Amino acid sequence: MSEIYISKEKFPEVVGQLMSHGRVFGPVFQGQFHEFARLDKPEDIDLSFQNTRLSPKDLFHPHSERMFTYSLAKDDPERSILKEAPKDYSPSVVLGIRPCDAKAFQLDDRNFDTETIKDPWWVERRKTTTLVGLACNDPCNTCFCTSMETGPFDASGLDVLMVDVGDGYVARSVTDKGKECLSTLKGVQTVPAQAAEKEAQAKKAAEESMGQVLDMKPIYEKNTLELFHDPLWEEVHFSCINCGTCTFVCPTCWCFDIQDEVQGDSGERLRLWDSCMFPLFTFHGSGHNPRSQKIQRVRQRFMHKLKYYPEKYKDGPACVGCGRCVKGCPVNIDIRHVARLMAASCSCPA
Amino acid sequence: MRNPYLPYPVRIESIVTETEDRNLKTFKFVFLNKEDEEAFKYTPGQFAELSVPGQGEIPIGIASSPTEKGFIMFTVNKVGKVSSFMHNMQEGDIMGVRGPMGNWYPWETLEGKNVVIVGGGFAFTTLRSSIVYMLHPDNRSRFGNIDVVYGARMPGLLLYKEELAAWEQRDDIGMHITVDSTDDPNWKYNVGFVPAVTKEKAPTAENSYAIICGPPIMIKFTLPVLTELGFPPERIISSLEMRMKCGIGICGRCNLGTEYVCKDGPVFTLQELAQLPNEY
Repeated sequence: MSEIYISKEKFPEVVGQLMSHGRVFGPVFQGQFHEFARLDKPEDIDLSFQNTRLSPKDLFHPHSERMFTYSLAKDDPERSILKEAPKDYSPSVVLGIRPCDAKAFQLDDRNFDTETIKDPWWVERRKTTTLVGLACNDPCNTCFCTSMETGPFDASGLDVLMVDVGDGYVARSVTDKGKECLSTLKGVQTVPAQAAEKEAQAKKAAEESMGQVLDMKPIYEKNTLELFHDPLWEEVHFSCINCGTCTFVCPTCWCFDIQDEVQGDSGERLRLWDSCMFPLFTFHGSGHNPRSQKIQRVRQRFMHKLKYYPEKYKDGPACVGCGRCVKGCPVNIDIRHVARLMAASCSCPA
Repeated sequence: MRNPYLPYPVRIESIVTETEDRNLKTFKFVFLNKEDEEAFKYTPGQFAELSVPGQGEIPIGIASSPTEKGFIMFTVNKVGKVSSFMHNMQEGDIMGVRGPMGNWYPWETLEGKNVVIVGGGFAFTTLRSSIVYMLHPDNRSRFGNIDVVYGARMPGLLLYKEELAAWEQRDDIGMHITVDSTDDPNWKYNVGFVPAVTKEKAPTAENSYAIICGPPIMIKFTLPVLTELGFPPERIISSLEMRMKCGIGICGRCNLGTEYVCKDGPVFTLQELAQLPNEY
């Protein structure tokens, strides 16, 4: 694997080189928040952010996506036959993605990319996209990635990990795709010894600033039905207003709806983000609803992330500790607190 | 790999109104492309997404049997946007079918066993598929006794009436058709609720499996009868309904705990259901 040093002075030029090879997405300051967006010019990227308000899941699983188009014109011989909507699968780079968000895509892969079923749009975008991540030197106080089997310097979901060492960035490739990406760059330097030292210090400081705030093991060991029927959900759901903000901002919330829209004689089938917080999510045509109560929906969200997913895939939680739901919740429901209640190791909320 | 969200185009070959309340219609579809028909290999118990461009998709159990060639068949209850639209469609109209989806009744396990089928109301579709499949000359010898208890509120609400009458004439299947009540003096079959008729006919539980599909209230009162007859939970099989979108275990809404009804189900044994959250 390869490693390079990019001085901050040279950085816009390097971004420009990446942009000449394909589409580049990165954190851009828009209005009041940083959001991932396609760069029009190298200066658009702003790496002075803690984390974006929304996760970059939109890049692989758009909030609304045209799946198919069709004609409903009476005289059209192709009437009512669905055609795949064209997509842009040209190579792209996501620059400045946080390690937690990249890890989240790996967790999401288990849903979209299985041995028997492959979601064509997700799989194709993943294949043609290179993730160049930026380590977190300064995690938010709502971040708890170190307790969720990832961390501020976790490279496991990335193709390249960049670390800010003050006057420049150290970039190390993690995968072959990342190595190839770095090999195209010109005007970069070898990593100076003091930069590597600063990198190690930054990693240590960031990880220590977070520590371990949760122990997930008791949740994994508990019986699913016991947790499901535990009275703790009465407390957890009480203040929830089912607004769906948590699912909207979450990088591992992938649920979607499929809807048809028609204008005149032409129609399209759309895939739209959906949320387990909404009663319609499970509402049967007959009027029956297996999750008609708020408590059932709140329980579903936390159980899915912290119990069902780890149980189904025999692997860590479907949460990377990005803290977006904690920040965004209008009634201050904190997944760390819920996890502690589930583990019944009550060390009281953070 | 084929796009799993892309339906196979089909033509509506025939539409039959099944019940006198006109709420159930049976649609026979013919694939527009021969190779799609070959790709659509299904087993009784599976379902498919019926896809109406401009309206949406609905998950419906496959009512035809793979032993019936040249078409696939679905019986659709008129409840929502897509099903109501379908009830106004015409023979010859083009729509789509996506599938087959989900698991199926465990035919390999059922081999050499007696099979008791208990059905109620319009939940008889995949059960019809199963009966046609088991009665096929290639398959009949693979199974022991076949008993069927099928009930509806009144005679006019029974599905597949001609086939029921034909099965009644056979000696290799025990048919127990029943209605909750009727004022028809010529009614030849049973009168009574499904649980009571099941108890009265008392099919043996020895070397037997029961497949039960119907309204929740029927299932609730029939399960104790089956238990009393000696069926253990691992030999009582049921099929669940859920709101679905993708039908392939991705969109996230039809789960019972770790299991997706669309992919890991819809067929579960009572024993399996007892291990899962009861959100159905």
